[in-house]
Amino acid sequence: MEENKKTCLHDKHVALGALMSPFGGFDMPIQYEGIIEEHNAVRNACGIFDVSHMGEVFISGPQADAYVNYIFTNDILSVEPGQCLYGMMLHEHGGTVDDLLVYKRNSNDYLLVINASNIDKDVAWIMKNAEGYDVVIDHRSDELGEIAVQGPLAEEIVQKVLGLSLSHLSFYTFGEFTIYGDKPAIISRTGYTGEDGFEIYTDHESTRRLWDELLAAGAKPCGLGCRDTLRFEVGLPLYGDELDDDITPVESGLSMFVKVDKPEFIGREAIIKQKEEGPKKKVVGLEILDRAIARHGAEVLDADDNVIGTVTTGYRGISVDKSIAMALIDARFAARDTQLKVRVRRKVFPAVVIAKKFYKKSYKK
Amino acid sequence: MSKIYYAETHEYIRVEGNEGYVGITDYAQKALGNVVYVDMPEVGDEFEAGDDFGAIESVKAASDLICPASGEVVEVNDALVDNPRLINEDAMKNWIIKISISDEAELDDLMDLEAYEKYLESNPH
Repeated sequence: MEENKKTCLHDKHVALGALMSPFGGFDMPIQYEGIIEEHNAVRNACGIFDVSHMGEVFISGPQADAYVNYIFTNDILSVEPGQCLYGMMLHEHGGTVDDLLVYKRNSNDYLLVINASNIDKDVAWIMKNAEGYDVVIDHRSDELGEIAVQGPLAEEIVQKVLGLSLSHLSFYTFGEFTIYGDKPAIISRTGYTGEDGFEIYTDHESTRRLWDELLAAGAKPCGLGCRDTLRFEVGLPLYGDELDDDITPVESGLSMFVKVDKPEFIGREAIIKQKEEGPKKKVVGLEILDRAIARHGAEVLDADDNVIGTVTTGYRGISVDKSIAMALIDARFAARDTQLKVRVRRKVFPAVVIAKKFYKKSYKK
Repeated sequence: MSKIYYAETHEYIRVEGNEGYVGITDYAQKALGNVVYVDMPEVGDEFEAGDDFGAIESVKAASDLICPASGEVVEVNDALVDNPRLINEDAMKNWIIKISISDEAELDDLMDLEAYEKYLESNPH
């Protein structure tokens, strides 16, 4: 079996006593003190995450504008340099290759940030589809570290540690900075928690120094455990749960990130057809009317006990004190307030369809 | 007089007469972290030693509860329904189910406290 990779901060997680577990091909920290404590630190103060396992692919060259817009569902030509866009890469049939952030550094100069678990698949897919385009594809996942600094105190702490002014960065924009004398860093006002915050990309050495300095400034180390509870409570999808090769963004409720008005991108025809016909399945929010927790894979049943879908993510909420879940179900049952059931092991519990934004985001505008 | 036996899957059974109180060990509650739900069987359910009799859930994951001895459930700890965190407060006091033990000889397959502590030392998780 192939050994899991380690990020440039791995030894620091072990020294902090983190519970380590494989994720996306990496040995990653799941929690340090505890998921609930770390979750609350991000909602109320500031938490930092090692997200160096994420992949970074730079695409430049005379046809980079055209090429990135061809493989990406959102419209990168509609925004200025310094803007980030969320969207997907799709298969011809509309299923999702990956969901990603695209950083527009300049015209014909992009950074694509992709999921760790999909790096090999995505890079192969990006290379294959670049045939005939005059572009340079520079895969730099192994050279760059990434730290996410999240929570209402994130701006104050990052500014203090790096001696930079970041208040001008609005949500989903980024800047290119020089830190620690001569080290280039990309800092974006983005995240995956529903809170204000930043994601900082720089080399391994600077990432290590930054991690220590953020901790010293009072940020709490946070693992992937609370990263999942935080993103789930604000209804953000995780690839492998709410999106995958056979789930389209329309089914996952992410149509707004698929610009079918663009003349061409891979998967466009399938998405147009699905929007016209209406999706057969949809990702919905569920409240379980019991303390039981319906986790990934649990069956969702209609009133007559027919299986109509499965749970994609489920938790006892932390900021929301309820048992809640996202589930991919037959679209005929997707209307709000529809009474359904979930099977958890050998018992069946009542559930009701609710909005999947269980907790209100507090982004800086 | 009661005697407590321990299973390799980190359940205990505190035996009083021919009845046993089954719960999870302090080591197990620490490893799980905040308990948010305990899935318990019904009174009258019968289990063999080694059967799943329910599950215990932390924020992150569900863990099966394994019955350390065969028997019939005579009581479930209803206090855990609304307050599952009692297990984090005192796992030995807050048992999950009480069973009538059908085969006392099975208890010999379990560990006493000294053996369980040695087992924890030799099996770091």
